[in-house]
Amino acid sequence: MTIATTTEQICFLILAATIVLGSLGVVLLSNIVYSAFLLGGVFLAVAGIYLLLNASFVAAAQVLVYVGAVNVLILFAIMLVNKKESLSAIPSLLLRRVLSGAVCLGLFTLLLRVAFTTAWPLPGPQPIGEEATLRIGEHFFSDYLLPFELASVLLLMAMIGAIVLARRDVYASDVITGEPADQGLIEKARTPLLINRSETSTTL
Amino acid sequence: MDLSSPIPLQAFLTLAASLFCIGVWGLINSRNAVRVLMSIELMLNAVNINLMAFSNYIDGQLIRGQVFAIFVITVAAAEAAVGLAILLSLYRNRETVDMERFNLLRW
Repeated sequence: MTIATTTEQICFLILAATIVLGSLGVVLLSNIVYSAFLLGGVFLAVAGIYLLLNASFVAAAQVLVYVGAVNVLILFAIMLVNKKESLSAIPSLLLRRVLSGAVCLGLFTLLLRVAFTTAWPLPGPQPIGEEATLRIGEHFFSDYLLPFELASVLLLMAMIGAIVLARRDVYASDVITGEPADQGLIEKARTPLLINRSETSTTL
Repeated sequence: MDLSSPIPLQAFLTLAASLFCIGVWGLINSRNAVRVLMSIELMLNAVNINLMAFSNYIDGQLIRGQVFAIFVITVAAAEAAVGLAILLSLYRNRETVDMERFNLLRW
């Protein structure tokens, strides 16, 4: 038993160090591609933490959804908007960073104080361990049925909304009459709308 | 740290708190819009770690925390998709991802 708990503790320490250092890298590194890959590492380490907490199903879902979908989506977004631009300097940037850092440290101490002073009802009931997946299925089809169905509707709405937001195309011919569309409209579809306000106001 | 006793609940809460605070700092200070979305994902993961820790330590039989964590993962995926689509259309219209220049609705 002691060997198992020692292994658990070492795993926890390694995963926690990976999570904290990786998230610091995500926030602080200047190259955003490195940040995206580090974010994938952080997600994997969080999945390892879930395994330590007897939640194999959620760990698998974390790997599939976060590493497999969200991280790849972020990488594609970086590739699509990858343009070298020199950020214009804004005044009092350092002051803002220091102030927000102080606020975050205060929040951190507050959370720690809550975590260490609250009398948690420990030890709770024995964790069910490997039967967790079974229990999650029971929850989904009995008392959490309505949120489960709402989640599917939400995913459908998000999918359609993302498609509608991300595409901007003009048909070459009118859908109903079949006449060729206005050529100026097609060319305008490729030009940004809101960069130069004076020019935009004249062309519109 | 005593290596022979099981991991206390507070260790997980401390980890989640530090991850959340790093996410908040990144959310405030990032100037690249993609990095803002990444910070939001970090914060959601911190919340998930909290939910799973409570589910394992306090609610071990009816693991309601895991159910909530799955819902959070679902909503986070939807949020990432819609957020990145908004970011793409914003980039096409303004040709920048600098958060300081997204001030269309500012007074």
